[in-house]
Amino acid sequence: MRIILIRCFISLTCALAGASALAAEALSASDNPVLEARVQKISSELRCLVCQNQTIADSHADLAVDLRRQVREMLQSGQTEQQVIDYMTARYGDFVLYRPPFKALTALLWVGPALMVVLGLGTLFVVLRRRSRLADEAFEADDNDAPHDPHLS
Amino acid sequence: MKHVRYLVPMGILLVLLYFLWAGLSLNPKEVPSPLIGKPAPMFSLPRLDQPEQRISRDELRGQVWMLNVWASWCVACRQEHPLLVQYAKQSKVPIYGLNYKDERAAGLQWLANFGNPYTASISDRDGRVGIDFGVYGVPETFVIDREGIIRYKQIGPLTPEVLRDTIEPLLKQLNS
Repeated sequence: MRIILIRCFISLTCALAGASALAAEALSASDNPVLEARVQKISSELRCLVCQNQTIADSHADLAVDLRRQVREMLQSGQTEQQVIDYMTARYGDFVLYRPPFKALTALLWVGPALMVVLGLGTLFVVLRRRSRLADEAFEADDNDAPHDPHLS
Repeated sequence: MKHVRYLVPMGILLVLLYFLWAGLSLNPKEVPSPLIGKPAPMFSLPRLDQPEQRISRDELRGQVWMLNVWASWCVACRQEHPLLVQYAKQSKVPIYGLNYKDERAAGLQWLANFGNPYTASISDRDGRVGIDFGVYGVPETFVIDREGIIRYKQIGPLTPEVLRDTIEPLLKQLNS
């Protein structure tokens, strides 16, 4: 019973802490829905480096809150979305981008999967062609060509 | 000769295993900083102990120095701290502290409790200078040369090995 109470208490405090974090965020957000939509759009392209599988739009980490504020301020001061992206990559590298740019360092990342498909299909094609040229004796006989099997009848 | 064709898939498997092993031994928390080899970002922040005094990047030019990002709420900083205190005693290189997103009183109390290895600490209350330095995992340590170029960044706590094998040789080279 005591454990259940403690658990209730913990989840309640967590919920309250979450709510107050949201409230704080709402306060700092501007009341301009167009701007907020742009902040949201850019934030969902940027990786939170503290919790690496979340975007800074999803994350409640302190750094993500700060970076959203930074994005908002830059847009408010009239900077373009590209300028915001450049600002972030200058500080945190291409790793902050969920869609990294195509360049020498990331070429394998982008081309890799296609390369694997081409290699696989190529190998398959070569193997099949080679087999189609083989004489019939190279293959094992099919079952229906096999001599009568008493167990099957 | 016939066995050679079996060696090919084996070889491919070994290459893939090597990549897997290399991938697993990397730490995804350590993102290489694009700031290495670039000038340290501009800043001018109040001193933690004397807020009416400010320290700016350009004042620190002409010397090799280290910037250690710390906070009283940061558990790993506490773990790193004794090493910094000890290192500061034997090293002539000034260590500046960036007190990151911290309460002033808490920061001062922390230094009083655990020792102060810093030439001076500056207070980055809202974390903006931290963002300019690409800080995401406190503690972090930067080595900055005479021209104000960032030469090295340590993410996470310093260790005796990193100090001995990486930072010491670098400082020697930069100071020569």
